[in-house]
Amino acid sequence: MLLIACPHCGNRPETEFRCGGQAHIVRPVDPAALDDQSWSEHLFVRSNPRGVHAERWCHSHGCGRWFNALRDTVSDRFLETYPAGAQPTRSSEITSPEVPATVTQSTVTQARA
Amino acid sequence: MLEVRYRTARTLPLGRPVAPALPRGGILIQPAEAEARFSLRLRGPLSPGGFPLDRPINTVTGDDRRWVARLGPDEWLIGMPEGEADLLAEAAAADLRGRAHSLVDISHRNVGIDVTGALAADVLNAGCPLDLGDAAFPPGSATRTLLGKAEIVLIRHAGAVPSYRVECWRSFATYVHGFLQEAAIAAQPVERVPAR
Ligand SMILES: [Zn+2]
Repeated sequence: MLLIACPHCGNRPETEFRCGGQAHIVRPVDPAALDDQSWSEHLFVRSNPRGVHAERWCHSHGCGRWFNALRDTVSDRFLETYPAGAQPTRSSEITSPEVPATVTQSTVTQARA
Repeated sequence: MLEVRYRTARTLPLGRPVAPALPRGGILIQPAEAEARFSLRLRGPLSPGGFPLDRPINTVTGDDRRWVARLGPDEWLIGMPEGEADLLAEAAAADLRGRAHSLVDISHRNVGIDVTGALAADVLNAGCPLDLGDAAFPPGSATRTLLGKAEIVLIRHAGAVPSYRVECWRSFATYVHGFLQEAAIAAQPVERVPAR
């Protein structure tokens, strides 16, 4: 069985976890100011890289905490897990850093998402 | 009438009388008596106070009657005899006065099943993917995990004989108990039938 390293609990079986999709998506500061195109892209459009992907995971049948992980979508290997709010040490390996050019501003809370 | 049903539900953890557990070789699976359980959620600095809250995540403190298991950074599961439930609520109110916290009585939700014996880890591993070896899950460990299709809290108490407590939700108790009993049959050493 695939083991995933929860930042709180260490290596645990994958069936205890739930994936929450792409990580580090910054919510626009002022959604009302966006046009429909930008808003729908924020809501629905996610990267689907062949390679390293930053994802949110929840140790739902364990400590219940959310955290982030870098996973290689080709090998299904977890390269790194790190707490929510932190940045990965090997961020340069991410295939497509998904930072929309139009919405780079964010509050402190949003940036830590 | 309601009170009668209330008491019945609390004293018969599996909703029906369970046949006396026959100790099979190396394994005993026994539904626990009705006990009081509390779920405590608390953030911020952990004052020791009357509660051992500042222990590492996924450990349990106390004995097999009164215990506090830390399940996550801000979550504890507390178990004790039923008669002491009111005392705990008072003690917690005094200890955590002025702190934002949540202390919920979940005695009705939880059912305990004790799994004891040399084969206990084998039986649990029939449905639990955790490494239950002494290095990875020594006595004093406690964690939420899975058993088959049910979510459980698994606690390992100290003792010469491997002794585990499986805590599950009441509606899962029949499934979990049946799962463990079947696993206990499968964990028995195969009896060789002499060739004729
Ligand atoms: Zn965890």
